[in-house]
Amino acid sequence: MTTIEAVAPRQYVRGPRRGPITRLLEDERKLALCLMLPTIVLLGLFIAYPFVKGIELSVTNTSVGVPGKFVGIENFKKIWTDDIFHIAVWNTCLYTFVTTVFKLVLGLWLALLLNRHFKGKAFMRAFILLPFIIPTVLSTFAWKWMFDPTFSVLNWMLFHLGIIHSRINWLGDPGLAMISVIIVNVWRGVPFYAISLLAGLQTISPELHEAAAIDGARAWARFRHVTWPLLLPVTLVIVLFSVIQTFADFQLVYVLTGGGPANATQLFATYAYQLGIGTGLLSQGAAISLAIFPILLLVVIVQLVYIRRAETL
Amino acid sequence: MPELTGWAVVVALLAATVGVITASDKSRSRWGWLLLCLFVPPALIVLFFLPALKLYGPGEQPWRRWVFFRVPISAFVLVLLFPFYWMIITTVRPDKELYRPWQAPNYAPFWTAHPTLDHIRDLLTTTLFSTWMLNTMLISLAATAISLFCGLLAGYALSRLKFPFAGSIGTGIFITYLVPQTLLFIPLSDIIRNFKLGDSPWALILTYPTFLIPFCTWLLMGYFKSIPKELEECARIDGAPRWKAMLYIIFPVAIPGILSAGIFAFTLSWNEFIYALVFLASPDQKTVPVGVTSELVRGDVFYWGELMAGALLGSIPVAFVYSFFVEYYVSGITGSVKG
Repeated sequence: MTTIEAVAPRQYVRGPRRGPITRLLEDERKLALCLMLPTIVLLGLFIAYPFVKGIELSVTNTSVGVPGKFVGIENFKKIWTDDIFHIAVWNTCLYTFVTTVFKLVLGLWLALLLNRHFKGKAFMRAFILLPFIIPTVLSTFAWKWMFDPTFSVLNWMLFHLGIIHSRINWLGDPGLAMISVIIVNVWRGVPFYAISLLAGLQTISPELHEAAAIDGARAWARFRHVTWPLLLPVTLVIVLFSVIQTFADFQLVYVLTGGGPANATQLFATYAYQLGIGTGLLSQGAAISLAIFPILLLVVIVQLVYIRRAETL
Repeated sequence: MPELTGWAVVVALLAATVGVITASDKSRSRWGWLLLCLFVPPALIVLFFLPALKLYGPGEQPWRRWVFFRVPISAFVLVLLFPFYWMIITTVRPDKELYRPWQAPNYAPFWTAHPTLDHIRDLLTTTLFSTWMLNTMLISLAATAISLFCGLLAGYALSRLKFPFAGSIGTGIFITYLVPQTLLFIPLSDIIRNFKLGDSPWALILTYPTFLIPFCTWLLMGYFKSIPKELEECARIDGAPRWKAMLYIIFPVAIPGILSAGIFAFTLSWNEFIYALVFLASPDQKTVPVGVTSELVRGDVFYWGELMAGALLGSIPVAFVYSFFVEYYVSGITGSVKG
């Protein structure tokens, strides 16, 4: 068998009709280089270069149209003592933590519900994903309209359910604005968690559950010792992925509150936008958006360590 | 177990009450939030997870089915879909009804007696909406095509060929997959300006692939790995050069994977917001999300009817593509997570 394989290609491959390019591409390394070239050029030009440029900007005092001078860590010193930046740090951490907890819990719950057999399951699954696929900005506008203090349908519902007695200014009150933003983020994120976790759940063979049930394991024990360990890898990846996205979130807050009222919902990205693009202070904006980097680094390290472990297993 | 459940619920409810009260007090709101986060999710778990875990057999009592399955799932569907219903109803509601305060006695939220298409007509005739649609379509298609091309080649190379630094290049692409757009938009805006690409569709066509290529590569790598090597080896034995085996044997087999990646990439680029917001300035160059945000809000005045009509029409292409390829889309999501 092996001898045939070793001989056969030799007889045919070195045919006379091959052009020079084909012969060149027959070399694995050269072919790989050609195949990787477009990707490397694009990613280098628009990811690696901007990253270096961002660091470069953050140590100068560049603003739009004005080439800057080197100022060292002046910008970082400035944002370190900036009160709004402190608020943005706290807000971003709070926003990320609370939304992630709720998205995970509600998403897992929805996934468990969808994991059952019932009529119209495929149909329902398709509908449930809608909040995730519809452009975020557009669906956020629907929420903004629902939160409108004068015309709010939410106020109407809560009033008629007897929960509130006066109007609620959802986006105008600093505390409520954060809650509103969190609600919309959770609304958008739950389908993603649910569908991804459902895919994880479906790879778990029902026989394992049956075997555990025969051995006398109750529902909680089955979840704890069968489902959860098998679901953990998928969950970890989803959570890390979503933490980065939430930490760097921009569009939702930009549309709903623009960071207000009084910076109550200001996040890293909205603040960086406000300074860097709004007022044109490119270097300070770049310094602020670099603040996202440490968390990104952390997640990347966890992912890489985890992936290496998964590969060796 | 039952008494534990009871105590957990009591503690969680108490903590939640204290949390809500503290959170609404401005000076102590942080502690209130902390309390809420620590106790509400566990309460939810105890109340609903445990019952949801059971393997349901034919002997399930009807009331359990209602309490732990039908009611929760209906609530989920209702909440998840309500904003879309609200979008539709606002679009067809005449202005006279639209701007009626919710305290008004004749406020009828869930239906309208006089549906109208005025908002859609205004949107299409008095604004640049159709231009934005065309721009977005063009940019999304071009960016998707570029990303698929690059992703296919890179995915094939990384999954099938042995070459120096393959491992580190793969890791590098994986890391760029995690880089959020908000990390780089400020230096990128400077670069776009220097390259003289500002305010043209090329600014987006060239930058969107930065977050689409890593995704496509990652997804297609996984797909290529699942195709047996023997298929390619057969072609090689029959005398096909390497690139022909790749082009005519492997790529056609990978069409479902390509479709998943393409659909996902298309919807991602249709949804993209911050690059489009920063790189484009003139109204007739904008994409739908940016156009709706900046041009339909004049000063402080929101034209809600037109806004909702814009949101509705702007979502249709994505929803359309999605509804035809749900399975591919879902496998795109799960593939992107599993890697």
